[in-house]
Amino acid sequence: MYDVVVVGAGPGGSTAARIAAEKGLNVLLVEKRQEVGTPVRCAEGVSKEAIEKFVEIDRKWIAAEVTGAKIYAPDGTEIVMAEEMAGNEVGYVLERKVFDRHLARLAVRAGADMIVKTTATGMKKKENGAVEVFLRKMGEEFTVDAKIVIGADGVESRIGKLAGIDTTLKLGEIESCIQYLMAGIEFDPEYCYFWLGNEIAPGGYIWLFPKGKDAANFGIGVLPSMAKKKPKDYLDDFVAKNFGSGEIVEVVAGGVPVKGPIETAVADNVMLVGDAARHADPITGGGIVNAMKAGFFAGSVAAEAVERKDYSARFLRKYDELWMNDFGKTLHRNKILQQKLLKMDDKTLNKLAKSIAGYNLKEMSVRRIVMELIKHNPRLLWDIKDLFI
Amino acid sequence: MARRRKPEKEKIFINRFRCAYCGACVAVCKFNANELIETFLIIDDEKCTLCKTCIKVCPMNALEIKEVA
Ligand SMILES: Cc1cc2nc3c(=O)[nH]c(=O)nc-3n(C[C@H](O)[C@H](O)[C@H](O)COP(=O)(O)OP(=O)(O)OC[C@H]3O[C@@H](n4cnc5c(N)ncnc54)[C@H](O)[C@@H]3O)c2cc1C
Ligand code: SF4
Ligand code: SF4
Repeated sequence: MYDVVVVGAGPGGSTAARIAAEKGLNVLLVEKRQEVGTPVRCAEGVSKEAIEKFVEIDRKWIAAEVTGAKIYAPDGTEIVMAEEMAGNEVGYVLERKVFDRHLARLAVRAGADMIVKTTATGMKKKENGAVEVFLRKMGEEFTVDAKIVIGADGVESRIGKLAGIDTTLKLGEIESCIQYLMAGIEFDPEYCYFWLGNEIAPGGYIWLFPKGKDAANFGIGVLPSMAKKKPKDYLDDFVAKNFGSGEIVEVVAGGVPVKGPIETAVADNVMLVGDAARHADPITGGGIVNAMKAGFFAGSVAAEAVERKDYSARFLRKYDELWMNDFGKTLHRNKILQQKLLKMDDKTLNKLAKSIAGYNLKEMSVRRIVMELIKHNPRLLWDIKDLFI
Repeated sequence: MARRRKPEKEKIFINRFRCAYCGACVAVCKFNANELIETFLIIDDEKCTLCKTCIKVCPMNALEIKEVA
């Protein structure tokens, strides 16, 4: 019998498996793909400071570094957020194909067992208090027993639903995304770029994250509840207008949960982490670091639960408390901000951008930019003031 | 969950030349009627209610309702 079976070897699952194994638990990491990390479903941008807390940086999976961001309002008004001093890069653009595999190998190095090309298809509670996990490996069905199951099975998660946590996303709670890795385009590789507007990306944004000097992840997310066309059509229009010369060397599609914090990510014997728990940020769509944090918390709580032999939802709520009091607060805040932004027309977005355009905000964070906006537009944003100050 | 009666002759058709196996359609199906096996999407026609939610979320325009011949 395993202490912990982790379902899904993304950043969340591999981190949970590593931490649990480091704490001496008997861990199995199950991944349905034959190759961890591919196909990629990500724009690969992370905050340098945040990721350095969870894994030692290895140049093998850093594709680029950026010093700041440029945000464009519908009328082209530019907002700059950047470190002024050279050498002060604040963000990494990862190579997730390499990064995800690295994290899985760290879990294995810490002592976790791993199987790939194997899907978790079901769970059944056993009389002895453990659960039987149903697995399908290359068509062959078998089961393993576990005291705890950590569901890190990403946006298409089933583990939550199997445990009675309804994580189904509505059409206003998921960004429908497409991205091209474009080569041969011109831009300043010191920055990440964001374009906003109801005409170009309803309910989302267009991004460009450098992956070197003349290649970048160029993508879009839209809310299906608001979009009039498919994201591909919006992105193709934008690329043709602004970057006609480049070549597409890779295509990525995906869905990002932007539901905001769920009520609970635990059930008896079960904890959900990362996209499976809808931990991605409703404003930025970023979910790598939150998934790793959640994996860290879940792995630690699993160790405590095994020591006390208590796998009840009541005990596992400790994990809920940890993530809710950490990034859960930001998810909550940014969900409210998202609702507010979704109601704004392009004219209002232009007005807001103009109010703070022209000087460098110095720091790259949602909080920083919103605080500045509130300062200049107190009447328009009075209702979210208390969340940010 | 109440199931709508569905037309006998229709089903969701997956255009495999378009599908980019991203799993967005699985995330929104409240009837658990679809599953992504690595890069191969399957739909359980018994469970599918033809609610069209997956069609709307698909970034690749790979899903549509078609009449069964
Ligand atoms: C287009 C796009 C752009 C994005 N850009 C960014 C960005 O720039 N920065 C950022 O921080 N985040 C970004 N995100 C979000 C980020 O990719 C996710 O939040 C992150 O990958 C979540 O990690 P995870 O470990 O929870 O899940 P995942 O990385 O999705 O891993 C889940 C794993 O579980 C496996 N799995 C699923 N079901 C089963 C099963 N039944 N049995 C076994 N294995 C299973 C899957 O194959 C997968 O490997 C983006 C997402 C998209 C779609
Ligand atoms: S049509 Fe509705 S029930 Fe059928 S697969 Fe799509 S989302 Fe699920
Ligand atoms: S949402 Fe579309 S592209 Fe993604 S897996 Fe489903 S059918 Fe394929």
